[in-house]
Amino acid sequence: MARFVRSISEVLVSATAIFCLLLTTMAAAAPRTDLAIGMTIEPAGLDPTIAAPVAIGQVTWQNIFEGLVTIDRDGKIKPQLASSWEISPDGLTYRFSLRSGVTFHDGEAFTAGVAKASIDRARAADSVNPQKRFFASVDTVEAEDPQTLVIRLKQPAGSLLYWLAWPSSVIVGEKSAANNKTTPVGTGPFVFVRWAKGDRVELKRNPGYWNKEISVKLETVTFRFISDPQAQSAALVSGDVDAFPEFGAPELMSSFDGDERLITVVGDTELKVVAGMNNSRKPFDDKRVRQALMMALDRTTIIEGAWSGFGTPIGSHYTPNDRAYVDLTGVYPYDPEKAKALLAEAGYPNGFSFTIKAPQMSYAARTAEVMQALLAEIGVTMTIEPTEFPAKWVQDVFTGRDYDMTIVAHAEPMDIDIYSRDPYYFNYRNPAFDAAISQIEQTPDAAGQDKFYQEAQKILADDVPALFLFVMPKLGVWDKRLKGLWEDEPIPSNVLAEVYWTE
Amino acid sequence: MIILMVRRFVGLLLTLLAVSTLIFLVMALLPGDPAAIMLGTSASADTLAALRQQLGLDQPLLLRYLQWLGGVLQGDLGQSHTYGVPVAGLIIERLAVTLPLAAMAILLSVLIALPLGVTAAAKRNGLVDLAATLFAQAGIAVPAFWMGLLLILLFSMQLGWTPAGGFPGWRAGSFAAVHALLLPALALALPQASVLTRVTRTAVLDVLDEDFVRAARAKGLSRRAALWRHAVPNAMVPVVTMLGLQFTFLVAGAVLIENVFNLPGLGRLAYQALSQRDIVVMQDVVLFFAALVIVVNFLVDLSYLWLDPRLRSEKAFS
Repeated sequence: MARFVRSISEVLVSATAIFCLLLTTMAAAAPRTDLAIGMTIEPAGLDPTIAAPVAIGQVTWQNIFEGLVTIDRDGKIKPQLASSWEISPDGLTYRFSLRSGVTFHDGEAFTAGVAKASIDRARAADSVNPQKRFFASVDTVEAEDPQTLVIRLKQPAGSLLYWLAWPSSVIVGEKSAANNKTTPVGTGPFVFVRWAKGDRVELKRNPGYWNKEISVKLETVTFRFISDPQAQSAALVSGDVDAFPEFGAPELMSSFDGDERLITVVGDTELKVVAGMNNSRKPFDDKRVRQALMMALDRTTIIEGAWSGFGTPIGSHYTPNDRAYVDLTGVYPYDPEKAKALLAEAGYPNGFSFTIKAPQMSYAARTAEVMQALLAEIGVTMTIEPTEFPAKWVQDVFTGRDYDMTIVAHAEPMDIDIYSRDPYYFNYRNPAFDAAISQIEQTPDAAGQDKFYQEAQKILADDVPALFLFVMPKLGVWDKRLKGLWEDEPIPSNVLAEVYWTE
Repeated sequence: MIILMVRRFVGLLLTLLAVSTLIFLVMALLPGDPAAIMLGTSASADTLAALRQQLGLDQPLLLRYLQWLGGVLQGDLGQSHTYGVPVAGLIIERLAVTLPLAAMAILLSVLIALPLGVTAAAKRNGLVDLAATLFAQAGIAVPAFWMGLLLILLFSMQLGWTPAGGFPGWRAGSFAAVHALLLPALALALPQASVLTRVTRTAVLDVLDEDFVRAARAKGLSRRAALWRHAVPNAMVPVVTMLGLQFTFLVAGAVLIENVFNLPGLGRLAYQALSQRDIVVMQDVVLFFAALVIVVNFLVDLSYLWLDPRLRSEKAFS
């Protein structure tokens, strides 16, 4: 008996010892649950429904705020606060079934009434929603019952579902909407904690998050705002930040090669770098001149010179990310001889001179310099006039339309329709193009729309209302042990719900 | 004396009023519509108009000026339209970075320049003098932001002694905060110190040739005692004048250094506000800077009275 007791106590002691050992190793191996993520630009307020800067969505969209629907990492529309929907055959009535049991971070319940108020706020007469145009075709919004929302349209809007997924369309609470600019309250997986202006925004996990299909691993998230590329690099190397999903300096990317802790990930964005021309001003009103300028530009050289070789050439205002993409870089490929001949045919055998208003951002300034050299080879003299972005650029080029040529990265996804907007800074008019764009909106099903998206791309590639250059890459640098960050960016964002540490 | 002070003070207020008018006009004339910047390239005309009304930008210029000035006089600096919070709070938050940074930079600059300049003067053409001259030349030639980058490369990235930038906040403890400000303060201080070294050296040299120093030596004081007790205090007026002037450069330099080191200070606030056309913030920060410079100059003037007893008689001032 005594022996038995002794052996039992021995077993107990050793079991305890093993258990303790296990505990300590487990504690040591427990993955981190905090994340410091770097961004170049600090958001101007934290409410994406009242201001345009993409940085606002990059902090709040999908982290704090959610929409009726969302966009996943492949750019596909997915249900979110609406679990399903039906579209009437005429494309004029959208009936959304909403999820139950969803609450905002302040305890307010999410219902069809709240969703209606949120959409009505975005389309009201005094609304300052930067994408108020999304709701132009909406006739009425109705809360049929607490779980059913009905949107009726005046005319079909084939992109409505896609638009409802945007940061500017997120659902906000009735009680909290007015203060979202400084203390955002949403339904998302993270709760706003603190904003140290000029430095950081802190979030923590939302323990009551409705979506049980996602297990959110991060407990705390800190967005750090570091504008200087050298400072960004220093912060990454010293470990002050764990990830820079959009690193600001392509020329410094190779400095991370061979780093034991950091990896670089090059993905696609929606940022189309295009040199827009004033299509109503001589000589750019002549299609042949625009085509000649396009053929004078070697996109590979431009990408090499402007962005250290990172970036994808484009032949129209569309990115390889987008559905129904057609590669049109071959329509007017680099051919200086042909370009000269076409210029002569248009009446400019000795070339001409013009001014480009180039913003100060490094991609724009550098691209302009490479373009200047390439255009000189066909006898065209381009003077570069640095133009402060956004303030002076918006005033002179965008609003005033007083310019010959400019260069800017268009950040909004799937915005090919800008060439049919009137007024818009290109001063481009083409009824065939406008017809293609309006066909897209009149076609409720995605497959049907694709045909018109392709037609629109082809018209632009041939007409060259702007010199289509390249898609800006998403240059990510982050800790190797960090998983789940988006590699591509079908919409400007930093979606963190599925991000975790492996060790 | 009191009349003099009052006259000075009135002059100070008039200067501030002139500065406020100037900055308001500059911001009003600067191209760029804050509403268009906030709402981006897809906003329609009526949305822009709604935001302009919200921000009060649809009011006449004179009314906007008077409203702002009236607010400032009552201690209400207005709202930042990008952050959506009162500007006064923003400035106070940022001062917690910029003031210690400026103070540390001045302190470092004096700690480097004073011993170096005095020693260089005392042992003219000696080794220290040569080193001081070299330092002064290099320090003037190298801009503060470039110095900042070099310091980051050496101390943060190579040696790992200091953080590469950013500010943990005073909540993280004063050691961590001072630690984070050390490199930027040094980057600001080195160019200042080089100028100050030259001024100190020249001022002390001038005084060393004066009769009273020779008299002190003749009285039997050692070279050292004569230098520190008689020469140095008498050489301080130009040095303090220089320090006062440098304060202005320090404030301007902080704009660059705060960007390089990613410090959420007043300089960076001004820079961001300018690019976002956050007009009210810009007006308030510039006014604040102007007030600061004016007050510092006033203090420098006062310090002459303390440094040079001859100036304390009323005659000397009139």
